[in-house]
Amino acid sequence: MAKNYLTKENFEKLDQVIESHKDMQGPLMPILHEAQHIFGAIPIEVQKVISEKLNVPMAEIYGVVTFYSQFTLEPKGEYLISVCLGTACYVRGAQQIVDKIADITGVAVGKTSADGKFSLEATRCIGACGLAPVLTVNEDVYGRLTLDDVPGIIAKYKG
Amino acid sequence: MKSLEELKALRDQAIKKVDIRKEKNGTRIVVGMATCGIAAGARVIMSALMDEVAKRELQDVTITQTGCIGVCRLEPLIEVYRAGEEKVTYVELTEEKARRIVAEHIVNGNIVKEYTIGSVE
Amino acid sequence: MDFYRAHVLVCGGTGCVSSGSLTIEEMFNKALEEKGLEKEVKVVRTGCFGLCEAGPICIVYPEGSFYSHVKQDDVNRIVEEHLLKGRIVKDLLYIDKAAPVTEIETSINNVGFYKKQKRVALKNCGVINPEIIDEYIAFDGYQALGKALITMSPEDVINEIKKSGLRGRGGGGFPTGLKWEFTRASEGDIKYVACNADEGDPGAFMDRSVLEGDPHSIIEAMALAAYAVGAQKGYVYIRAEYPIAVKRLGIAIAQAKEMGLLGDQIFGTDFSFDMEIRLGAGAFVCGEETALIASIEGERGMPRPKPPFPAQKGIFGKPTVINNVETYAVVPQIILNGSEWFTSFGTERSPGTKVFALGGKINNTGLVEIPMGTTLKEVIFDIGGGIPNGRKFKAVQTGGPSGGCLTEEHLDTPIDFDTLTALGSMMGSGGMIVVDDTNCMVDFARFFLDFTVEESCGKCVPCREGTKRMLEILERITSGNGTMEDLDQLEELAYSIKDSSLCGLGQTAPNPVLSTLKYFRDEYIAHVVDKKCPAGQCQDLLSIVITEDCIGCTACKRVCPVDAISGEVKQLHTIDQAICIKCGACIPKCPKKAIIKQ
Repeated sequence: MAKNYLTKENFEKLDQVIESHKDMQGPLMPILHEAQHIFGAIPIEVQKVISEKLNVPMAEIYGVVTFYSQFTLEPKGEYLISVCLGTACYVRGAQQIVDKIADITGVAVGKTSADGKFSLEATRCIGACGLAPVLTVNEDVYGRLTLDDVPGIIAKYKG
Repeated sequence: MKSLEELKALRDQAIKKVDIRKEKNGTRIVVGMATCGIAAGARVIMSALMDEVAKRELQDVTITQTGCIGVCRLEPLIEVYRAGEEKVTYVELTEEKARRIVAEHIVNGNIVKEYTIGSVE
Repeated sequence: MDFYRAHVLVCGGTGCVSSGSLTIEEMFNKALEEKGLEKEVKVVRTGCFGLCEAGPICIVYPEGSFYSHVKQDDVNRIVEEHLLKGRIVKDLLYIDKAAPVTEIETSINNVGFYKKQKRVALKNCGVINPEIIDEYIAFDGYQALGKALITMSPEDVINEIKKSGLRGRGGGGFPTGLKWEFTRASEGDIKYVACNADEGDPGAFMDRSVLEGDPHSIIEAMALAAYAVGAQKGYVYIRAEYPIAVKRLGIAIAQAKEMGLLGDQIFGTDFSFDMEIRLGAGAFVCGEETALIASIEGERGMPRPKPPFPAQKGIFGKPTVINNVETYAVVPQIILNGSEWFTSFGTERSPGTKVFALGGKINNTGLVEIPMGTTLKEVIFDIGGGIPNGRKFKAVQTGGPSGGCLTEEHLDTPIDFDTLTALGSMMGSGGMIVVDDTNCMVDFARFFLDFTVEESCGKCVPCREGTKRMLEILERITSGNGTMEDLDQLEELAYSIKDSSLCGLGQTAPNPVLSTLKYFRDEYIAHVVDKKCPAGQCQDLLSIVITEDCIGCTACKRVCPVDAISGEVKQLHTIDQAICIKCGACIPKCPKKAIIKQ
């Protein structure tokens, strides 16, 4: 997490994004999505730039950023473990899967490990209900999980 | 897109590429492609049939393969199924014979008698 | 023209991609090339086939052979045997768990899961390659738009939709034709059409599947809606959690623009229409139409009071028609085939078909589309294949966090908008979660409340505070600290939240509690009075015990992390309840199944 993500390069990218969305009606959400993508988070420093360039009050931008769960104020860990807690997964035992991961990694739900390696979150339905219970690690998807699968999956990323 | 006609023309072109996934009652050509068939040269027959069907832009024709039909000595052979017709089995085929079958039987509806299993046997 | 004698369709829906279908697709291409068949056999990536449980799925045409759970090793066999030699690989075909095993069906059309279905909204899903516009056009795509623009007036289009009796598939069930008529009647030179693809109901994924499998149908339908109401621009609001859907719709929009099916003077008429995608950012409430509007405008996604309705004052204050994905998906077919064709399916007040997402404790998890009026029993047992592991059906939850449970006595109920509402549940977006006798209904209700509390936007008090208080009571009950007064208070709170919340989220949030209280009150009472969880799910109310069947093998003793198990070799073992942390680690270790939760 110590990595500096507020680089000059990233801010230049942000400027371009804001510029290209300027004439759009309702540009805030698309810009925030891009910002989250560029920086991996939307901290106050980034919000300030958007506020000034769009001429929208900081309070409003902060309100929007904190309203939506996909926008974060701090960057996530290198590997984001998301366990689906949608109904289908829950009914098939996803809660035990989350508990087991928290146990193995020592990371509580919604938190990032001290070394910045793992973040753990319980996510809303990702729509892969046919494979419940499901978890994703960054882009990788693991379905039809059993508790015994968990240690192996985590080990893969521990490296 | 300027008109319905344009769309229709596009559709007629496009439909040929997906035809195979629709349920239909057209002609079915089955090629015997078990070890015996392949050894006797069934792949050449298959390629020739596909080439003819593509060249003539025939619709409602599917080409599939099947396992051993049981008369290995007469390979390569194909069976042609057409709605309202008895199954026709052609045997001891060559590439030229296969092309002729498409032209005469599939397109014009005339069974090529001399290649059928009945006349060879 | 290239002629292919066989097509291998590989499902590229989210479910199958998660189980590795993209690797399978790659291997097919490689194997075909090795055998020199790449000019004869084409590999096509399609959208969802619906039977996600059996993924990765491949279908080989012209035979229609339905291969399920395809593994990497299987690919070579299918290519070698089926595609080269023409022998269907029977042992890899899908086996219908619901049907008695007589003969394995070799064609997809005869598989029980598909037999009873009527695919309208899902017509092209799993049939076409969604990234190629030509394939959509080959299956009559954009014909309806052409027909409407050239031969029908906007009023004709609205009338046809009205006559079809189409009702919104997103949950509310409001007549789509009326919505369009109101929007057309509203004053204003600028109007919008919007597609609600913020499918937030956990357990429902039909909208995702349509967007992934048949994105052009949504573009065509939105253009039709725009023509009908007099709009020039459309917005599709999609959850960011659906990256594949976003990507495919983006490709489809670009293709439609290139072909002049979006843009100026479509089909040589005066009608011009353009559309763009807006991403949600993980807020369930944005599926509520006024919150969705707020979000597109760049605000927090909080609902606004109605009236004014979006038809009068929607996106950027302009009249807007908002429909759900599945609703749009059937519109082109209604215009093309006529309203009478549509009303030939379904019931009088709920015509047509509906897609349901089967999930939970059911064999064939996946998407099914059935005529309205099909009974629950047919869906769960005939199509869904019943309950796995020989367990007993307990209840089915429809409508997600807004809906309720139906029990065994309702199995013969024909499903439509009105029957479900009358039973205290609702259609919702069509999620159907089946639970068996090992699921606790109190905990199930708590799960949904937990969801609503988290997703409540906080604007109105009844929803923000009320649902939180309900959750606290439910947590008390599931941890064994509930009282009988709690049950009464739960009910009282539920009714006042329903009556006084601002939007649909709050108004329906108490439904899961009310319906479980109605049909499973004895389970609540067992938690409160006996301090027991009959389903054995609520950890705090459980104890793990060893029965007389114990042979004293010590396997359980060795695995216990807290040394709560005592007993000598070949003697009956016991668990000290004061020490036991109920982790359950001992249960699978017992060779005699002598350790049980109770």
